Amino acid sequence: MRDVAVVGVGMTKFGELWETPLRDLFAEAALACLKDAGVERGEVQSAYIGCMSGGLFVGQEHLASILCDYAGLNPMAATRVESACASGGAAFRAAWLEVASGASDFVLAGGVEKMNDGADATYCLATAADQEYEVYHGVTFPGLYAMIANAHMHKYGTTPQQLAAVAVKNHHNGTMNPHAQFSMEINIETVLKAVRVAEPLGLFDCSPVTDGAAALLLCPVEVAKELGKPLVKILGAGAATDTIALHDRADLAAIPVVGRAAQRAYEMAGVKPKDVDFCEVHDCFTIAEIVCTEELGLFERGRGGPAAAEGLTALDGKRPVNPSGGLKSKGHPVGATGCAQLVEVYQQLTGRAGKRQIKSPRLGLAQNMGGSGGSATVHILEVNR
Amino acid sequence: MISPRYHREIPQRYRLEAAKCTGCGKVLFPPRKICPQCGGEAFAPTVLPTRGKVVTHTTIWIPPAAFEDQKPYVVAVVELENGVRLTCMVADAPPDEVTIGTPVELIFRRIQKESAWGVLQYGYKARVIPA
Repeated sequence: MRDVAVVGVGMTKFGELWETPLRDLFAEAALACLKDAGVERGEVQSAYIGCMSGGLFVGQEHLASILCDYAGLNPMAATRVESACASGGAAFRAAWLEVASGASDFVLAGGVEKMNDGADATYCLATAADQEYEVYHGVTFPGLYAMIANAHMHKYGTTPQQLAAVAVKNHHNGTMNPHAQFSMEINIETVLKAVRVAEPLGLFDCSPVTDGAAALLLCPVEVAKELGKPLVKILGAGAATDTIALHDRADLAAIPVVGRAAQRAYEMAGVKPKDVDFCEVHDCFTIAEIVCTEELGLFERGRGGPAAAEGLTALDGKRPVNPSGGLKSKGHPVGATGCAQLVEVYQQLTGRAGKRQIKSPRLGLAQNMGGSGGSATVHILEVNR
Repeated sequence: MISPRYHREIPQRYRLEAAKCTGCGKVLFPPRKICPQCGGEAFAPTVLPTRGKVVTHTTIWIPPAAFEDQKPYVVAVVELENGVRLTCMVADAPPDEVTIGTPVELIFRRIQKESAWGVLQYGYKARVIPA
């Protein structure tokens, strides 16, 4: 296995992009990425593109063809990767493996989702749960995370105020991210008094419905050195799967797939949770960030809520989480999210994160998950200045 | 939901048919080819008990289109007396009546009115057992 580096990133603005079709979203991110890397389109040998449901959201499948066509990347090899909301992380993993294996030198990892095109987003997203044994009975995605939240509250005493603290923090970080869907500060009251979606989650506990795309260019470390770029190396990569149905897991106050993926990434990287300078965490709902920070080993089980409320996960906290604004504020175009998290990790490590820049980080972690915790990826990146 | 799928799920939805692993005794609902507990591949047919308790729950205020007429409604993960867990609605219950540990029993009910054709679809819901 060869050591692999990221040498360029690109992403679109995230939001309700009514004027931009799916194909152009990906092209914009991919071309921005290649420009950032200083690599020509013809030099890229293949692409892995995460997309959860082009078919349901815009009625378009065969994405490898259409997306590369409109990005001017034909005739290179390309594969669409799907693992629900972990599609982007899974695409990045596939691209990493292709470069690490020695099969290709330049591989694009991308993700895209066009969620605002008239489709019933609640229905489309619910296809990431068990259609016959969860969705049939009226469960929604907010509903599944609400059941995790209730279990976590019951077991550990986590409070609605602690959940709200996650949203307030991520909205604050998002105000400093020009790509973010929302650019507004909120307070605890905003979250607690918002319209209810699935008890105990209200509208401000939920990530929004978003259009957007993100892309990263990967190559061997040796090639990256020749490009004269800051050396951002993929130090650890982990992935795991678990039961699709929430009810088939023993502990409903946990999301074990994240812990398993993280353990593999930490082992490969040879680092511990305390060594990581910041994390991009899959906060599709406020409770998800709390549980995932516990699974990643940033906090003891049951301490994720108090940690958020005490400011430990703030930009200037001991364990910064979601400097980008997270899914909550930056937006959550489901198939693009995993790559967008890694774009933020790259920007932070190379000192290009603007007002939300964390001081001289060396190690950054991105955690992406699908469904209610049926799949997850964790990647740890290191910069050598 | 298209009719072949609906037809295929009737043994579970109407009759709670499950499979018991002949190796370790774990009951699987729905039946599977491989036992997730012991890796066994041989099963005997069994039927789920109807009594159990709520393990976790939520009240859905923003449902998919097919459930619009029932909102708000309570959904729970129920653990049955033999340890099998499933997800279903809790029928006829105000949200504050359902909490973790609430005893429930499974009953046969209409589940949804499929939106495109208005076809009624049936299955199990839970009902709170009065104290």
